[in-house]
Amino acid sequence: MELIFEIGSKGRHLSLLPQCDVPKVEVPEKFRRTQAPHLPELSENEISRHYTKLAGRTHGVNDGFYPLGSCTMKYNPKVNEEAAALRGFNRIHPLQDPSTVKGALKVMKMAEDALCEITGMDAFTMQPSAGAHGEFTGLLLIKAYHTERGDEARTKIIVPDSAHGTNPASAAMCGYQVVSIPSGPDGCVDLDALRAAVGPDTAGLMLTNPNTVGLFDKNILDITKIVHEAGGLCYYDGANLNAVMGIVRPGDMGFDCIHSNLHKTFSTPHGGGGPGAGPVGCKKFLAKYLPGLCIEETADGKGFEMVKAPQSMGSVKAFNGNFLVVVRALTYILMMGREGIPEASSNAVLNANYMRVKLSDDFKMAYDTTCMHEFVMDLAPLVKETGVNALDVAKGMLDYGIHPPTMYFPLIVHEALMVEPTETEPKEVLDQCIDVLHEIYDMAHTDPDYLHGAPHDTVIGRPDEVEAARHPIVRYVWE
Amino acid sequence: MGSFVPNTKEEREQMLREAGYKSFDDMFSVIPEEVRLKKPLDLPSGLSEMEALKVMEDLAAENKVYREIFRGAGSYDHYIPAIVKSVTSKEEFLTAYTPYQAEISQGILQSIFEFQTMVCELTGMDVANASHYDGATAAAESIPMCRDRKHKTAYVSATTDPKVLEVMGTYCFGSNTKLVTVGEADGLTDMEDLKKLLEEDPEAACFYVESPNYYGNLEDVEAMAEIVHAQGAKLVLGIDPIAQAVIKTPRELGADIAVGDGQPLGMPIAFGGPYVGIMATTTDMMRKLPGRIVGETKDHDGNRAYVLTLQAREQHIRREKASSNICSNQDLCALTASVYMAAMGPDGMKEVAEQTMAKAHFLRDELVKAGLTQKNCKGEFFNEFVTDCPMGAEALMAALDEKGILGGLPLDGDTILWCATEVNSRSAMEEVADTVQSLMKGKEA
Repeated sequence: MELIFEIGSKGRHLSLLPQCDVPKVEVPEKFRRTQAPHLPELSENEISRHYTKLAGRTHGVNDGFYPLGSCTMKYNPKVNEEAAALRGFNRIHPLQDPSTVKGALKVMKMAEDALCEITGMDAFTMQPSAGAHGEFTGLLLIKAYHTERGDEARTKIIVPDSAHGTNPASAAMCGYQVVSIPSGPDGCVDLDALRAAVGPDTAGLMLTNPNTVGLFDKNILDITKIVHEAGGLCYYDGANLNAVMGIVRPGDMGFDCIHSNLHKTFSTPHGGGGPGAGPVGCKKFLAKYLPGLCIEETADGKGFEMVKAPQSMGSVKAFNGNFLVVVRALTYILMMGREGIPEASSNAVLNANYMRVKLSDDFKMAYDTTCMHEFVMDLAPLVKETGVNALDVAKGMLDYGIHPPTMYFPLIVHEALMVEPTETEPKEVLDQCIDVLHEIYDMAHTDPDYLHGAPHDTVIGRPDEVEAARHPIVRYVWE
Repeated sequence: MGSFVPNTKEEREQMLREAGYKSFDDMFSVIPEEVRLKKPLDLPSGLSEMEALKVMEDLAAENKVYREIFRGAGSYDHYIPAIVKSVTSKEEFLTAYTPYQAEISQGILQSIFEFQTMVCELTGMDVANASHYDGATAAAESIPMCRDRKHKTAYVSATTDPKVLEVMGTYCFGSNTKLVTVGEADGLTDMEDLKKLLEEDPEAACFYVESPNYYGNLEDVEAMAEIVHAQGAKLVLGIDPIAQAVIKTPRELGADIAVGDGQPLGMPIAFGGPYVGIMATTTDMMRKLPGRIVGETKDHDGNRAYVLTLQAREQHIRREKASSNICSNQDLCALTASVYMAAMGPDGMKEVAEQTMAKAHFLRDELVKAGLTQKNCKGEFFNEFVTDCPMGAEALMAALDEKGILGGLPLDGDTILWCATEVNSRSAMEEVADTVQSLMKGKEA
């Protein structure tokens, strides 16, 4: 279809602004732009239709099943959007006096309190805007802690080889060397490898539990103990929190700090990749290093004030974080409450295990045991038998209107498809996806070429990614 | 309580059975007893949708919404065309994730490609991403793009927004990068200081300056580019995307990287977020650009197609050697900015910028007539400026607050950073000036 630059016609425009009611001011020549930017010239109707067309070429959670492992693509309740659209939240300036934004401060405080309770932490900052941003912030808490103690020999962060790529990348941004430790045959942390890796140079460990293969690491108390005894701190990557809310808390597993992805666990929409929010929580002894401004009750107990933590690391964002995302997450938490939050996790785990068991006849599970909210299928045997690989299966699913699972992650399973159904999918949707995967499995044996060529019914076929990287075209150019 | 789990009790029991479990407890027996939470979460009981929305409405009502806002300092109140919200509310855009599966994500990929193009047009640059969380994080992440074994120190002008400066400092604390502040004089970067500092440092990596800067002033960026490049360092320019419609592009001014906050392009001020960071650079530095980049290619039938590209820079492949840990993109905000720019068009963008500048100058003139003195300005300004405040910032802010007006931002030493945009009416600006005048009179009396 056309790009927005290829439609419309010179001179078309909307009627948006009134006549200027004050004298015009010229930009002095030294600073003046001489050539106007090329921007679309369209009527509102054309804009509306262009984006409706683009929306039609986009698959969201609202369009169908989206079992993208490690991303928790649960349904995004509409009431969240109503709350986030309230004028009292949208039309307030971030630098208004705290006495004029009592409601906003209460929103942040209520979200903080709920997240503390759910994760077993003592304090939270809403400033980080994404999971990776939260990892960076959490590691800076660890860095600030060691720096203040003069313990600057601690230069290494331990990360399991199954970790998400953001973990080592975040550690590197904090000036740390990354020590990758191998996972055991059960997909969990190899305790001996961990013991061998820790030492006086250990700053900390980054871990998610359930881990990236969807299993609960039952040695978790030993793991955090080994790191603590070596003088390191433990960071919990909250990407998989949706599995364990109300069942087990990172704070009780021995973690010192954590990020939580509000766009995964707390139902705020992913927005095509953002904005999300990655609030960071920590135990009391780390709270003095938190970034941004902390919300505290005023001395008279009647309101809130915004104060800098005594030894704050600074700020990881200009203002108070993605406030409207926090508004959505709080709305969700209010609706779910004490009972609904564990119910969400229980059913996320049930839906995953139901699919895992129903698929294990044809597909090899990377770890054939009870999973948490997601599981990893290992397609290596299928590749060997038929030549159809994880990518082909994923592309085959597109023709059934299902967003494929996460492919080729974690790296320790070479032909991985990671399935995370979430709790908001009805049984029929799971059953249909199970049937589709069985059908694709059969097709791999009868007509593998059909799958190599999949998808067949989408608006484009497989794009040439090699060419895209070799000769990058990253913007439209006018002739 | 509220719930978004569709399966009934009976269905859940059936599924448990079919999966081989006696109960939920049985399924969770893989979690060791000693770490299990032994009590219910200490949270209130869940609410119905009606109740939850009422709570949020009551909270929203506790915030004061001003009828006129003269405060900017990084968050700007511009008119948002109705089409913007209409497009960004479409559920496909709202509920999709990062477009990993290109075949069913062409809509999002194309919209990002269009955003990249529009940012390149605004800045004169060759390539842009849509990944940064805000202008401050984009500024902070520009530093590693310029750093290598021979270029280690980052420089930043003292005329930078202090919040941006703080974020840069925090990121530099992380990466163990030395960050040096270049002095200012009369609200502009001290060129002599810049020259001296860079000449003394063979390891200078980059210099960051904003134009318009924190005080609203336009800097002599071209002269800075010469100084910075003569020392083998890179120039990073912080921009306001609205001002960009009428002032010289970062490319014309000699910048290597342009960064800024995209908030003025259709995003509500919303207590500080979500916004989006703009980052654009030259082809030379393209492979150092962090975040997701969309490229054009073809599918096997020759159809035009869009994909995430140049992924060899990124964390999921390079892990600790990646250019950044960024793994998402701020797509919905980028989409907001794109629809805004499409709605405005080239003439509308220029009109917004011109009206904004005109209003700010009118406000300055009225305030000066009312008795205030402009501070920190030797040169030209765009839509923000600083005045003194002889009656005390607190008194003035309180008097304006009573009228439903949010005054400028009080800075140190009883000075005020004022801002105006196209949404401020002449009568409101005259009202501000009247308030100032009556307080001045009160003071004299």
